[in-house]
Amino acid sequence: MKMDMTEIKHHLTDALLMGYSAGSLPEAFNLVVATHISLCDECRARMHEFDAVGGEVMEMTSSDMGDDALAATLALIRQDKTFETSPALPAKHDGIFPAPLRDYTGGDLSAVKWRKIGGGVSQAILKTDKSASVRLLRIPAGTAVPDHGHRGTELTLVLQGAFRDESDRFGKGDIEVANEEMVHTPVAEEGLDCICLAATDAPLRFNSLIPRLAQPFLRI
Amino acid sequence: MAKTDQPDRTIWVAQLAAIRDKQDEQAFAEVFQHFAPRVKGFLIKSGASAELAEECTQDVMATLWRKAHMFDPTRASVSTWIFTIARNRKIDLLRKQRRPEPEDLTWGPEAEPDQEDVLALQQDTERLGAALAALPEKQRNLIERAYFGDLTHSEIAQETGLPLGTIKSRIRLALDRLRHTMK
Repeated sequence: MKMDMTEIKHHLTDALLMGYSAGSLPEAFNLVVATHISLCDECRARMHEFDAVGGEVMEMTSSDMGDDALAATLALIRQDKTFETSPALPAKHDGIFPAPLRDYTGGDLSAVKWRKIGGGVSQAILKTDKSASVRLLRIPAGTAVPDHGHRGTELTLVLQGAFRDESDRFGKGDIEVANEEMVHTPVAEEGLDCICLAATDAPLRFNSLIPRLAQPFLRI
Repeated sequence: MAKTDQPDRTIWVAQLAAIRDKQDEQAFAEVFQHFAPRVKGFLIKSGASAELAEECTQDVMATLWRKAHMFDPTRASVSTWIFTIARNRKIDLLRKQRRPEPEDLTWGPEAEPDQEDVLALQQDTERLGAALAALPEKQRNLIERAYFGDLTHSEIAQETGLPLGTIKSRIRLALDRLRHTMK
């Protein structure tokens, strides 16, 4: 992935990195975190550090293994002598989706099946377990997204283009972590359409009395 | 810093190299003796039954053997690396989730990592462990609960005081160097 790493200004929070390292985040959040880390050396180094904390926490625990555990493990090893090969080659491609995201979309931007959700905005929901949801959003350049609040935590990672809201500008690789108190009006910058990966752990309430189409935009 | 009863961490690095280069079962036995009970303890604290944890630990240790060539001692200590294998197995087994992983930067570790870098990272990790052990009981307990999966993301968000910053810059150096050699 070719990218100027110094451009990223908005990073993951310690809580997200710790949750990712501990393995306690919803799958949808893990996807956004892994995608951001693929673009951001700063957060990659922090992730390694949180992994190190996990290693030290593990060092402080202990539970005796069975008497034959070592022999059984060596038997497992002899049974299957294949060495696991290195992971897939690093992405040498010109697209905008890092590898973890491509695993979910089945390809780059051109593989996404968009659905219009109003105001010129399109989305594609990605399949994860139900504890949170994650989607790709395409906001046409220059378009404002109506005021919206959040339930729970919402992560928005910019993959192309940029948006601005009351707090700052978010460009490629930047991640916005919004909580319940935050109400904002993001506006996609002129130029390229803004493509974001957005996850939320708020419950989806599309089957309530309010018809699905009347859901405030992005109240997801 | 007071020495604990743990052998110098660079010994584990050498043993992983012996497993990788010579399929050295004696080295593996020593790594197993130290780490398998810790992996099992971690899995039990994370909610696995003793039986499942035992089986899963054997699997984690077999994975260590098969992936030994992917261990990069400039980016992780052996305890860190084994933790990530155990953590991924835990997600797979206990939470039945996929685990999206970041894109890798390279084809794997460098063939000849700089020994000074390796030593420095192992020492930094040891300092991190000591700092963690020296935390007030209540605070350390919260961190442990976070890693055992007992805290949600928003509960972790209220947590402060983790002794961080210990090794991040070291890892950044290693990443910068990797990027440089890849150019």
